[in-house]
Amino acid sequence: MTRRVTAALAAAFLLALAVFDTATAELDPYRAPPALALGSGLASGGAHCSALPR
Amino acid sequence: MAETTFDGGAQAAPHLRRAALAGAALLAVFAVALFAGARYGVLLAIGLGFGIALEGLRFGFAGPWRALLLRREPAGVLAQLLAIALVAAVAIPLVSSGGGEIVGAHAPVGWAMVGGAFVFGAAMQVVLGCGSGTLVNAGSGNPVGLLALPFFAVGSFLGATHLLWWTELGTLPVVALGGTTGLLATLAALGVVAAVLLALAPPEARRIPRRLVIAAVAVALLALANLVVSGQPWGVVYGLGLWAAKGAAALGADLSGSAFWSAPANAARVEASLFTDVTSLTNIGIIAGALVVATWRAGGLSERLPRLPVRAWIAVMVAGLAMGYSSRLAFGCNVGAFFSGISTGSLHGWAWFAAALAGSALGLRLRPLVGLEARR
Repeated sequence: MTRRVTAALAAAFLLALAVFDTATAELDPYRAPPALALGSGLASGGAHCSALPR
Repeated sequence: MAETTFDGGAQAAPHLRRAALAGAALLAVFAVALFAGARYGVLLAIGLGFGIALEGLRFGFAGPWRALLLRREPAGVLAQLLAIALVAAVAIPLVSSGGGEIVGAHAPVGWAMVGGAFVFGAAMQVVLGCGSGTLVNAGSGNPVGLLALPFFAVGSFLGATHLLWWTELGTLPVVALGGTTGLLATLAALGVVAAVLLALAPPEARRIPRRLVIAAVAVALLALANLVVSGQPWGVVYGLGLWAAKGAAALGADLSGSAFWSAPANAARVEASLFTDVTSLTNIGIIAGALVVATWRAGGLSERLPRLPVRAWIAVMVAGLAMGYSSRLAFGCNVGAFFSGISTGSLHGWAWFAAALAGSALGLRLRPLVGLEARR
C-alpha cells in the first residue's frame, strides 16, 4: 500500500468537511467583510489561538 | 515503437494530472470567493500558498528542531528565524499603528502557557510534525500526520474548553513589544539566537541552503498577506478546535457550559461557516496545497506506507491529542505562538520557544520508545 491511499483519504476528509459545513451553515457573500482588513476600518474578529475569550 | 508510444503516454498523463490539480485549486478559490466573499477566497489561496511552499520547499519546524538538538545543525531553525524577522519588520509597525484593524498574536505568559508549550514540543517530536507540519504531512499522504490530525482537532477543542481554568493557575499581564523600539528589540533578540546557534554549530553546517532562504521569504510574504487580508496573524490551532466544536455541536453537545465556546465571538464562529473562518481556510489550504505538491511531484505518492507496531499508532493518537490540548494552553503552536507571537512582538512567543525546545529534547527520547523509529 502506498501514499496514494492516504492522500486519497486526506482529499476525502477535505471533501467531507466541505459537505458537512455547507449542510450545517449558510454562506452569504453580501455580508462578507471588505477584501482587505488593512484600511477597512473594521476591528479584527479575534478568532485566533492567542486570543482569550471575550 | 511500442516503447515510444508508452513514453508519450506516460509524459502526457502527468501534464493532464497537473492541469487538473491547478484547475481544481483555482476553482475552489473562485467558488469560495463567489459564495463566501472575496476575502475568504484570497485566504484560501494564501493557505494553498503555505501548503505549496511548506511541502514543495521542505520548510518545516519539527524536523529542523530535531536536527538542531541531535546534530547541532542550525540551517532549518535559522531559516525560521529569518522568516520571523522578515515578518516582524512589517508586522510590528503595522500592529503598533493602532486602530484595531490589524492585531498581533499577543498572549500572556503563565504556568499553563509554559507547560503547554513544553508538552507540545515533546509531542511534536513524537509525531515529527508541528501544527503546520501535521497539516502538511496529512495532505502529502503521510499516515502518521493523517492519523494525528483528528486527534489534534479534538485536543484543541478540549484545551479551549478548559482554557480559563488553566489560565487561572497563574498568568502575567500580556507583554507586547511595539513601535520602533519593539521591532529593534525583536530583531536583536532573533540575531542573538542566530549567533548562538551558529557558534554552537559544526563549521560545515554554518550556512542556510538557498532552498530554505527562498522558503523563508515565501512563508514570510504569505504570513504578511494573511495579516493584511484577515487582520490577524497566521494561526493553526483555533481552526482545528473549531472543526471539532462544530462536530460536537452537530452531534448534540451543549457548548453553552463552556466559558470559551459560549463567549460571543466563539459562539458566532461555531454557528458560522468554516469558509468564513480565517484559520480554517488557511488550514484547509495548507492540506490541499501539500496534496497538490505531492500529487504533482513525480513519484510523490509512490512511497510505501510504513509498517509500524500497534503501540506506535496508539502513541500517534495520544501525541495528536496532547498537541491539540497543550497548544491551546500555550496560546498557539509553532505557528500561532512561536512564529506569529514573536513576529508581532509578543513575549509569550519567546517563552513558547524556550519551553517547546526543552520539550522537544524529551520528545526525541520518547519517539524511539514508542516504536516510531529504531531505538538510539
